[in-house]
Amino acid sequence: MTTIAAPSGDLPVSSEPSYLSAGYTLGSWLGTSDHKRIAILYAISVTLFFFLGGIAVTIVRVELFTPEADVVTADTYNRLFTLHGVIMVWFFMIPSIPNIFGNFLLPLMIGAPDVAFPRLNLMSWYLNIGGASLTIYALIAGGVDTGWTFYTPFSTMFSNTHVLATAAGVFLAGFSSIATGVNFIATTHMLRAPGMTWFRLPLFVWAIYATSIVMVLATPVLAITLILIVAERWLGLPIFDPSRGGDPVLFQHLFWFYSHPAVYIMVLPAMGVVSEVITCFARRRVFGYTFMVYAMIGIAGIGFFVWGHHMFVAGMSPYAGLIFSFLSFVVAVPSAIKVFNWTATLYRGQISFDAPMLYALGFLGLFTIGGLTGLFLASIPVDVHVTDTYFVVAHFHYIMVGGTVSAFFAALHFWWPKITGRLYPETWARFAAILMFFGFNFTFFPQFIVGYLGMPRRYHVYPPEFQVYNVLSSAGAVILAAAYLMPLGYLAWSLVWGRRAGRNPWDATGLEWQTASPPPRENFPRTPHVDVGPYDYHPEGMSPAPYQPRHRGQGDQA
Amino acid sequence: MTQSPAVLKEPWQDLGRQREGAAFGIWVFLASELLFFGGMILLYTVYRVENPEAFAAAARETDIWYGTVNTAVLLTSSLTMAVAAQGAEQDWRRLVVWCLAATALLGLTFGILKGFEYAEDIRKSLIPGPDFPLQEPAAQLFFALYWTMTGLHAIHLTIGIGLVSRLCLLGALGRIVLRGNPQFEVTALYWHLIDVIWIILYPLIYLPGRAS
Repeated sequence: MTTIAAPSGDLPVSSEPSYLSAGYTLGSWLGTSDHKRIAILYAISVTLFFFLGGIAVTIVRVELFTPEADVVTADTYNRLFTLHGVIMVWFFMIPSIPNIFGNFLLPLMIGAPDVAFPRLNLMSWYLNIGGASLTIYALIAGGVDTGWTFYTPFSTMFSNTHVLATAAGVFLAGFSSIATGVNFIATTHMLRAPGMTWFRLPLFVWAIYATSIVMVLATPVLAITLILIVAERWLGLPIFDPSRGGDPVLFQHLFWFYSHPAVYIMVLPAMGVVSEVITCFARRRVFGYTFMVYAMIGIAGIGFFVWGHHMFVAGMSPYAGLIFSFLSFVVAVPSAIKVFNWTATLYRGQISFDAPMLYALGFLGLFTIGGLTGLFLASIPVDVHVTDTYFVVAHFHYIMVGGTVSAFFAALHFWWPKITGRLYPETWARFAAILMFFGFNFTFFPQFIVGYLGMPRRYHVYPPEFQVYNVLSSAGAVILAAAYLMPLGYLAWSLVWGRRAGRNPWDATGLEWQTASPPPRENFPRTPHVDVGPYDYHPEGMSPAPYQPRHRGQGDQA
Repeated sequence: MTQSPAVLKEPWQDLGRQREGAAFGIWVFLASELLFFGGMILLYTVYRVENPEAFAAAARETDIWYGTVNTAVLLTSSLTMAVAAQGAEQDWRRLVVWCLAATALLGLTFGILKGFEYAEDIRKSLIPGPDFPLQEPAAQLFFALYWTMTGLHAIHLTIGIGLVSRLCLLGALGRIVLRGNPQFEVTALYWHLIDVIWIILYPLIYLPGRAS
């Protein structure tokens, strides 16, 4: 078996304690500069926010079970979907994969002892928690009803809810995101192990790198937009107020200049995860590695020039609309390249359907549907028909939830043995993966139909003829909720009773599998040297490596 | 390097690489900052193109003397900062401490002058609102952006003064290694950002409508 670095026996396994047993006090966690512990801190906080956002949307789905307003009032409904959006977008989707798995894996994958600026890394977590606290304060104090987009002039002049606290919370989270991005970029540039050239980087590292560029260059525009909201709402300065010469459409330009690239902040890391998982469980080298890299850079680059497609009906010039429409079609090309390359990787692979692979295949299906319906929305005539309907809601949930959350769970299962040193019960995990896929489609596919038929988003009452779709959707949401809760149970179980994972339970390539599970504080006892490209699953002149992950483990333990 | 509060920090393995890493990191952060101000400058540009007369009339209300003197003050502070950063490389402690002190003082001077200018603006009630003296609504837009842009610049300046003063104090007390320490270059680059942003703000705020 050949691996990315020297053969696996070559790196001495240290007798150092793992990063988990380096200290047990609360202070040793809250004051840590270890990227792996910071990743765990994020994992805990982000999971908390995920369930908070999930509770909000559960009430939303219960309300939509019937066409009448029988559970919550219109005001409460507005606050619930705003809470769901704000928490899920800014405190779950954006930090989830980069800050948990990026933090944990980026240094391990490039053979570095830590990220470039470990204390800045910890500060990012505190900023994130500070931002979340402000947002949760706003929730306790009565909530926000602007939607997660804070459109002016409603947010600055009319809403009498807690816009300021929420905007401040999101601002802090954005600052955290910039700091993380700077850290990851510097780490990738400066701390690669000897021999780890740019085109030997695992695709997950490339994905995190591309994501970080988007974070660093797009987030400041969101920050300034939020400051302008505060200036207008709190200090009374006329910035977007049409009655004093301002232009609310300018707000939308600034907001979407960040928030469209933000979609790529969510999806690029997911693509990185899926690339790692598919190549591992298909036992094949990623098809077209360099194209995969260029496609990610392309997505990150073109992603900055498509924001206008959110504003086709907001009063843009037809020429601007034409250009944004064209560019939005163009940005689909690199995504399609990636889907084709994943498919080509699977072709003639020795596929094994372990839980991470099931989640990754789920990503592939759902992301494709989400991407194809994105083309509908890039086309102006169709977009005018479905703007602000459930069609749009379904589309971005397919990309963000179907795509990114599936990949999040793929990553969680794939690297769980590395992070915790334990194996989870495979049957339960597979069941949860399949349940999630069905629950997801059950929830969101009816929304395409009901949206196309004309049901607008963000309404808590609707004409009775739409009820059947909403009942389907709400029923699906129950299945989806069960599928999200299951991993919480069996993963927690595995922490205590799970089998020891050993260094490399999946027989995967990649530097992170060369060190102990869980890794020691300093990651590698000796700086690794890299002399092969990534994903060397079928080295020349060798027959495919046999793959029996479940029968390894015990003896292989570090 | 006698007394050594160790310069080399985790995860770096040699000083040169650590310095490169710190400089690289701050450049990436500066790129981010430029987009932060870039968003606002874009907003300013759009509004000014839409309302050229109102913006010219409003800009004529600003006090060009404060603006010009402040530009000179800030440019001088950039010189002293650059000398300090270079001096640290040569381990010239006295020069570094004096230059850092001069930088912080010049920065403070800028802040105080800006304070006087703000006081005068308030006396002339150039704050958007019911008492605003100019007729055209877009003139209020100009001043909304004036207050926000100069205010955000002032926040960056305050942070900069804090960073420079800290280095100055540590240097004077001998509690910091000069040669090879990335902190000097990083602080200098941040200080130059403050300077560069002002160089852009100065013509945007003070010069419209003054040519004719």
